[in-house]
Amino acid sequence: MKPPPFEYFSPTSVDECVSLLAEHGEDAKLLAGGQSLVPLMNLRLAAPEVLIDLNGVAELARIDRSGGQLVIGAMTRHREVASSELVREACPLLAEAAALIGYPAIRNRGTMGGSLSHADPAAELPCVTTTLDAEIVVAGPGGRRSIPAPDFFAGHFTTVLEPSELLIEVRFPAHGAGPGWSFHEFSRKSGDFALVAVAVQLPGDGGSTGLAIGVGGVGDRPWRADAAEGLLADGRRNDELFQQAAEAVGAQAREHGEGHSDNDYRGHVAATLARRAFATALERTGR
Amino acid sequence: MNQHHEVTLNVNGREHTVSVPPRKLLVDCLREDLRLTGTHVGCEQGVCGACTIIMNGQNVRSCLMFAVQADGANIETIESLASGPDDLHVVQQAFVDCHGLQCGFCTPGMVLAAKSFLEQNPSPTDDEIREAIAGNICRCTGYTFIVDAIRTAAERMAGEEAGQHV
Repeated sequence: MKPPPFEYFSPTSVDECVSLLAEHGEDAKLLAGGQSLVPLMNLRLAAPEVLIDLNGVAELARIDRSGGQLVIGAMTRHREVASSELVREACPLLAEAAALIGYPAIRNRGTMGGSLSHADPAAELPCVTTTLDAEIVVAGPGGRRSIPAPDFFAGHFTTVLEPSELLIEVRFPAHGAGPGWSFHEFSRKSGDFALVAVAVQLPGDGGSTGLAIGVGGVGDRPWRADAAEGLLADGRRNDELFQQAAEAVGAQAREHGEGHSDNDYRGHVAATLARRAFATALERTGR
Repeated sequence: MNQHHEVTLNVNGREHTVSVPPRKLLVDCLREDLRLTGTHVGCEQGVCGACTIIMNGQNVRSCLMFAVQADGANIETIESLASGPDDLHVVQQAFVDCHGLQCGFCTPGMVLAAKSFLEQNPSPTDDEIREAIAGNICRCTGYTFIVDAIRTAAERMAGEEAGQHV
């Protein structure tokens, strides 16, 4: 099908976007890479009266390192995140996950801000931002505010963004290559949304600072596997402990997956992916 | 809402100015306004890859963009690859030689996805080839001959580069 008619604006600054949003409110949608919104419009599942195209807002497309943080502008394409030397050095888990998003053509257009605002529970970036406690910075009529990623996602395709706000950048902790990292996902075909995804960051010094295990694809939003994190918190690392932690990820997935018809299967896949992710992450700590 | 926008597109080396409503998809603009019907419309939801074009050097889905967004862009469609049947692009010739198509519906998108992939990765493994065309669906071939075609094209391009005939 073809998308329903709409009025089109192509602002060139964040301020202009904010005033357009203030003017049009809930009738307006922001158009980023269009890889989720345009299919919804073509299927007539979304029919915004106004589209505000962010592709001309140059200040939103950037990758910077600022202090201990890696800053990714909302209009940065997945391809740029996946191939950036800076991202690979500062936050390799993010680079690894971005390379798994969709297909090459999707990564050429799709954006950081678009994926997070769309909030598909099975998407890679919501899972990584939740795992790494990234800060999501949004701009609105009252200025800017920063939202911790775990509080940003409110459910299936739902965030805490107000209709008058737009996501402008994401700030990731720049741990560098110190900790081991790994992003494992399972989908029926390369490029599809993950049935389950597991992100792991494992501190290289054996401590618990920076230890993080996140799961996507199970439940209405990504979540931290805190039971498994607890098992690894004291810094001990051995096969038995990793096995127990992987089982804990699986058990927690069964709880979160309540309502999925294939809940047991997802729990099993989550445990298997966690075991693999631990092995890869451990190898990358160089220990 | 139905207000038209004037849009200038550089398609296959020629500049075109068209007047489009914002809702017009780029693929429909190429097919209807410019009569370049080599770009196919399959699913219209970004899944099948039949509408793949190359915009500013990168392959994109032309069903997931509005024509108005492509103002000023450089676009290559399948029509740019060959002037006629005796002058096929190396990727197209490899698809012919390896039986990389049957009905042909996916072929324009498949060929352009392969072309832009080989420009970035001139000596791919079979796994990399499969990954590169994961977003292009073919319901005839079972993909094996398409992978053969892309591998063959890569070998021929490497041979040309080295000044040999393969």
